[in-house]
Amino acid sequence: MSAPSVPVIAQTAGKGAARAAARKRSKVGGSDRRPGWVTYVILAAAIIASILPLYYAFLLASSNSAYIAQHPIPSLIPQGEFFDNVSRVLNSDIQFWKALGNSIIVATITSLSVVLFSTLAGFSFSKLRFRGRNGLLVFVIATTAVPTQLGIVPLFIVMSQLHWTGKLVAVIVPGLVTAFGVFWMTQYLEGALPYELIEASRVDGASMIRSFWHVALPAARPAAVMLGLFTFVGSWTNFFWPFIVLGSENPTLPVAVQLLQASYFKDMALIMAGVTVSIIPLFVLFFVAGRQLVAGIMQGAVKG
Amino acid sequence: MATSTTSPQLNRGGQTDPGRTPRRVGFSQTLGRWDVKLSPYLYVSPFFILFALTGLFPLLYTAFVSVHDWNLIGGKGDFVGFENYAYVLQQPNFWKGIRNTFSIFFISTIPQLIIAIILAALLDANLRAKTFWRMGVLLPYVVAPVAVSLIFGKLFADQSGIINTLLGKIGIDPIGWHAQVLPSHVAIATMVDFRWTGYNTLILLAAMQAIPRDLYEAAVLDGASRVRQFFSVTVPMLRPTIIFVVITSTIGGLQIFDEPRLFDQTGQGGPSRQWMTATMYIYEVGWGNQKSFGRASAVAWILFLIIVVVGIINFSLTRRISSDESSKSRKKVRR
Repeated sequence: MSAPSVPVIAQTAGKGAARAAARKRSKVGGSDRRPGWVTYVILAAAIIASILPLYYAFLLASSNSAYIAQHPIPSLIPQGEFFDNVSRVLNSDIQFWKALGNSIIVATITSLSVVLFSTLAGFSFSKLRFRGRNGLLVFVIATTAVPTQLGIVPLFIVMSQLHWTGKLVAVIVPGLVTAFGVFWMTQYLEGALPYELIEASRVDGASMIRSFWHVALPAARPAAVMLGLFTFVGSWTNFFWPFIVLGSENPTLPVAVQLLQASYFKDMALIMAGVTVSIIPLFVLFFVAGRQLVAGIMQGAVKG
Repeated sequence: MATSTTSPQLNRGGQTDPGRTPRRVGFSQTLGRWDVKLSPYLYVSPFFILFALTGLFPLLYTAFVSVHDWNLIGGKGDFVGFENYAYVLQQPNFWKGIRNTFSIFFISTIPQLIIAIILAALLDANLRAKTFWRMGVLLPYVVAPVAVSLIFGKLFADQSGIINTLLGKIGIDPIGWHAQVLPSHVAIATMVDFRWTGYNTLILLAAMQAIPRDLYEAAVLDGASRVRQFFSVTVPMLRPTIIFVVITSTIGGLQIFDEPRLFDQTGQGGPSRQWMTATMYIYEVGWGNQKSFGRASAVAWILFLIIVVVGIINFSLTRRISSDESSKSRKKVRR
């Protein structure tokens, strides 16, 4: 019974199933055939090319200045000084722990907030009726094309008026909700949330916000997790604005790591140890949730 | 958009039992109506408020700052008209910044798009361990640009860098990855592509998988080879996604800062500013030794206009190119 023929399926499971089975079978050129080894070799090369620079950083991080000077091409087997170098980073004056804490605070708050506000807006745009809905949605999408980074001078002026320079709030507030997030959740909820569910909850007398909380939010979960991850990564890796508004007194991780190069530029092992350590948290996140990250993009959150 | 299928009157729920309604509009009913009317606006408002305050207002206010004498420490000074613009436009460094920005942008975007489409096409095949390969290409995306730049700055070191050493082994003279203009742009473009190619690959892959498979079947019936299928079906069908990717990388690419800033330890874009970008120039004028917000704003505003123009040009260009292709292929592929 491993592969029933199409007519058998038609008898046992109906015409629709038979048609589906036939369609599955007849995929000639598309993607049914297993690709040859060339495909795997090219993909493997691409992945190796993306890992090698990172491994190189680790190799330098586990050696010392003298070794680096003598060996432009380091041995593929790490030297044994990684933890020494890391502890030098932790004890250097870049305030590593503070920076790590700051990055965690900023990225966590930003992600939660982006997910909440974007889902709320996505719910409204995809499932509620209101005047000007399409126009507003187009406006949201259009703003993704606005180079807001160029408003940096007035934004800085505003932050100094508020006495927010050097404070995390200056980095958190501008990132509380993004056009990308709103668009993303709108797209997702459009397909993932049946009107019937909202109607049912409305008939049961739920208010809008209850319908959102009990119906839309659970339905949005897969896309919300994705959006949260992307926002977290974006916030964690963000440099330009934190660098300008926070400065070296109260840095986030990228700002602190960058200070290593400015103050210890001769000590490559130290710098690379800092780089390696700064990469680790997102690497862990990637290995835990990377599958979701990829799957989420694939599930059609990006429909153009 | 699903305008036509919009939910049928959510608020009529209460009227389904006409039997026991004493015609009194209760408070909760009024509240319910307001709830239905206002909630949609309320829910979308956080984005609009935040965008107005931290996106749109600063951008427009940039124009105001740019016509004033405005100092980082001293604050607002006199109205100076277009003096800041005149000053900035006379600076060789400003033009270098514009040149470098465009150069890095082209050197990074074009190969990136080509590689991403090829990788996406490979990933679109019926691979074993799909998720592994997809995760593999996405990996560099989680590495911060700061880290990427510090690593590649060393990889591309002029003396005793690993790349120059390897080139030396195959008999090529060392290249001045930092000292020279074009090589430094290639090095920085490499960093950009290192981080973003995989990300864009997955976006393109998602779009590829959304292409109806019967288009391929039709192409096969017409005797199209796999390569032919790729160019006549896949690429035209990817049109909206390619436009999307190109536009987002234009907006990001023309504001590039992190990678060039950290390419060496001084952060000025090289001794003769050979890889200083426009955004780095804004930073230098505004927060560097001049501390002139007026001039920095003038640069920002000019760059903004340039990005808008480029955005429009490349939108219409991408549109035309891909619509030509798709109309050609539509004739051949469509049943």
